[in-house]
Amino acid sequence: MMTIDRLIAEIGQVERADLERWIREGWVRPEGEPDAYRFVEIDVARVRLICTLRTDMEVNEAALPVVLSLLDQLYDTRRQMRALIERVRAIAPDQGRD
Amino acid sequence: MDDPYKTLGVPRDATADAIRSAYRKLAKQHHPDLNPGNAAAEERFKAVASAYGLLSDAEQRARFDRGEIDASGAERSHAHPHAHPGYRAHAESGAGQRYRHAGPEAQDWNDPDLEAMFASMFAGGREGARHAAERYRLAVPLLDAVNGATKRLTLPDQRVLDVKIPPGTEAGHILRLRGQAAHAAGTNAAGAGAKAGDILIEIAIDPHPVYSRDGQTLRMELPVSLREAVLGGPVEIAGPRGALRLRIPPHSDTGTELRVRGRGVPAHNGLPEGDLYVRLRVMIGPDDPALDAFLQTWQPARPFNPRQTMDAAS
Repeated sequence: MMTIDRLIAEIGQVERADLERWIREGWVRPEGEPDAYRFVEIDVARVRLICTLRTDMEVNEAALPVVLSLLDQLYDTRRQMRALIERVRAIAPDQGRD
Repeated sequence: MDDPYKTLGVPRDATADAIRSAYRKLAKQHHPDLNPGNAAAEERFKAVASAYGLLSDAEQRARFDRGEIDASGAERSHAHPHAHPGYRAHAESGAGQRYRHAGPEAQDWNDPDLEAMFASMFAGGREGARHAAERYRLAVPLLDAVNGATKRLTLPDQRVLDVKIPPGTEAGHILRLRGQAAHAAGTNAAGAGAKAGDILIEIAIDPHPVYSRDGQTLRMELPVSLREAVLGGPVEIAGPRGALRLRIPPHSDTGTELRVRGRGVPAHNGLPEGDLYVRLRVMIGPDDPALDAFLQTWQPARPFNPRQTMDAAS
């Protein structure tokens, strides 16, 4: 858990105004109220990812929600697939291999 | 490490802008967070990021061009541009649910979207559809089911199958013969690519006049003569699993039960072998004047009323 000040200091390349806008848009979802946000590890990694998308990949803010939405769906599917594989292994440990 | 110019695909005299542009193009393509599960992309991205780290620093680039440092030496002096574990590691763990797209999480297996996917996956799956299984019923004598046997089964289409009945088979057990169903590939709605279906054989058990089965236990009733019951002695019987020599204890009576360890149903499917219970029944036998004469004069040492318990109960 870290505060917004620590997050900005740690990442280095993010402006507070940008970050607050991303939070308002729901692209970053810290816990807590606007004057006392708490960021967990995945929030920090996501801010880094957005910075990479914005600078290295030149994704502008108009296209950013499209990219994030597709990424989120990709990771949803991968989590589901993992959970499914675990279930199949639990049910039929010997049947998973061909 | 490879030549950083080659890694980025730029000429040696490329401008800083051209280098940045080449890096961005490759990063879009190979960034690990955008290519989860693709190890090749991850390796490629590391090389690209490392090359860019060197060539984007004017001083390092000049030293590299003069041959003062090599690419790997430069790599050590640079903080790795992708030193953080990345978003991917978090997104693929349970923490990723924080940013899940509107929609059910994996725990919700009733999701119609998932159901439809799996339905199509298994209907048209890699194995191809199978013909429906054919079902038959085979009646097996009790001792064949207990000891195991091979039975010949003639199918309606005149094919003959040798069916192996494993030891300890119980009534209602279903044997599955994979891919043995009628050779009708191509004539069925499932199409020519379909594999032959399975044959399912349900086992029924024909009762035995002597033996009965109760799980792993076998029971039988053994007739004994008056002399065997009173004086005891060895008795030889065929036995459910081969000849047996029983020792009848002296003063046995009708209803006396003998247990023969390990001579019930053999061990199978993790079940231990069962016991055989032999219940005695005293048979007096045909007319014998000598027996009559003996009983006429017999004075029991301890008078005995076999109906005593009946009288007490009434």
